[in-house]
Amino acid sequence: MPRETYQRHLREIQDEVMEMGGTVEKALEWSMQALKNRDLELAKKVVDNDKEIDKKRFAIEEQALDLMSTQAPMASDLRILLATLSVITDLERMADHAAGNAKVAILIGDEPPLKPLIDLPRMNEIVIDMLHKSLDAFIHHDAEAARQIVSRDDEIDHLYDQVFRELLIFMMEDPRTITRAERLIWVGHNLERTGDRVTNICERVVFMVTGKMEEMNISTY
Amino acid sequence: MVHEAVNQADKESRSEAVAAAPVHVRNILEVKNLSAWYGNMMAVNNLTMSIHSRSITAIIGPSGCGKSTFIRCLNRMHEVSDGGRVEGKVLLDGKDLYARDVDPVEIRRRIGMVFQKPSVFPTMSIFDNVASGISLTRLWSRKRDLQDVVERSLKKAALWEEVKDKLNQSGGSLSGGQQQRLCIARAIAIAPEIILMDEPCSALDPISTLKIEELMLEIKKDYTVIIVTHNMQQAARVSDRTGFMLLGELIEYAPTKEVFTVPKDKRTEDYITGRFG
Repeated sequence: MPRETYQRHLREIQDEVMEMGGTVEKALEWSMQALKNRDLELAKKVVDNDKEIDKKRFAIEEQALDLMSTQAPMASDLRILLATLSVITDLERMADHAAGNAKVAILIGDEPPLKPLIDLPRMNEIVIDMLHKSLDAFIHHDAEAARQIVSRDDEIDHLYDQVFRELLIFMMEDPRTITRAERLIWVGHNLERTGDRVTNICERVVFMVTGKMEEMNISTY
Repeated sequence: MVHEAVNQADKESRSEAVAAAPVHVRNILEVKNLSAWYGNMMAVNNLTMSIHSRSITAIIGPSGCGKSTFIRCLNRMHEVSDGGRVEGKVLLDGKDLYARDVDPVEIRRRIGMVFQKPSVFPTMSIFDNVASGISLTRLWSRKRDLQDVVERSLKKAALWEEVKDKLNQSGGSLSGGQQQRLCIARAIAIAPEIILMDEPCSALDPISTLKIEELMLEIKKDYTVIIVTHNMQQAARVSDRTGFMLLGELIEYAPTKEVFTVPKDKRTEDYITGRFG
């Protein structure tokens, strides 16, 4: 096959995206663990790792730019690189949301818990599952799989609604809970935004495979 | 922009090589079931396509795919090759170029050609290089007219400023890029409707190449340009529509943006991404 080196670099960039995605999944998982278990060390680790994820994003961007400037990619190759640039931006923002949740864990510190965390971990699980599947769809160039993932964003929106209403009741009933409840609302909001970012990734996978830009699921928020 | 290109593509026929023309352009050239041979060897196989007027159409494809033979059929140059034979129709404004009553010389005036290697006449002056085609076609009546046509042609070919003070110098004294623009001026001078360009930049340096590309974009306001090129970036940069040929067949023909971002045929995809060729 001609252009073997170029094709290898193109594959390597996609592999790097997968690696970055794995790190973001870990950040999401750890930030919720830190919140649930009041694990401040783990929370700090998530915040520190966020800088590494930022670096990774720039490194991939540079590789994509190198290929674009030296190899003049066309057609599906060009779409892969355009999708890559978009996907890594979404991943980087997701990592910021995970770091945001880790910072909430640090803020909460050893304050007494407002309530057992049930819906927020559930939201987190769904987001991680969606992210994992969207990255699978990315690496396998599977537009159909990407289309199926986005419907789950509604579940996240629904859970966020539920969390928000529940915390609102806490705050109305006892204003002393406002600060603690508000922090948990931030967590819910971060997860809701993370779900939207997964939808963005799915849209880019569809574009990468078909060349068509589709707005796939407009979030309630 | 990719989005727009794709939407545009949706509106057009996906399966036919003949792409529908937008309202403001007309099809100046209709190629119907064109096949061309060198002796027993078929070089172009049953090719059908429409060429929009005042636009640039690029023909791309690997070496030996028949793209040069194809454009040589469009001004009846192929039939003068050894064993050259053509079947099918090429309609210029509805009139078949291969009809019995058509004079090939008149066709070559209406459809000019610029070759890969600048074909200046080295012993002739710059002025005479441009004037030679006009003299043959007797498109001028007075010396003054001839001077006007030469000046206008050199201006259209973006060469006038560089040569206006040395029109009597030999055409061979110019650089490669200037020589190619001189050839374009000579082609323009005989007032063609279509200009065929067969790899016009392959012997030029990048700066001269960009000048020729700028020139193509300029002259398409007045002429229809069909260019054969190995350089896919060049096709992507200058052309409005691109045809991809393989083994004598036209595999895909669509707006250039579409061919280079979302080609329909896997063979086109494989060629333009460099997976074969």
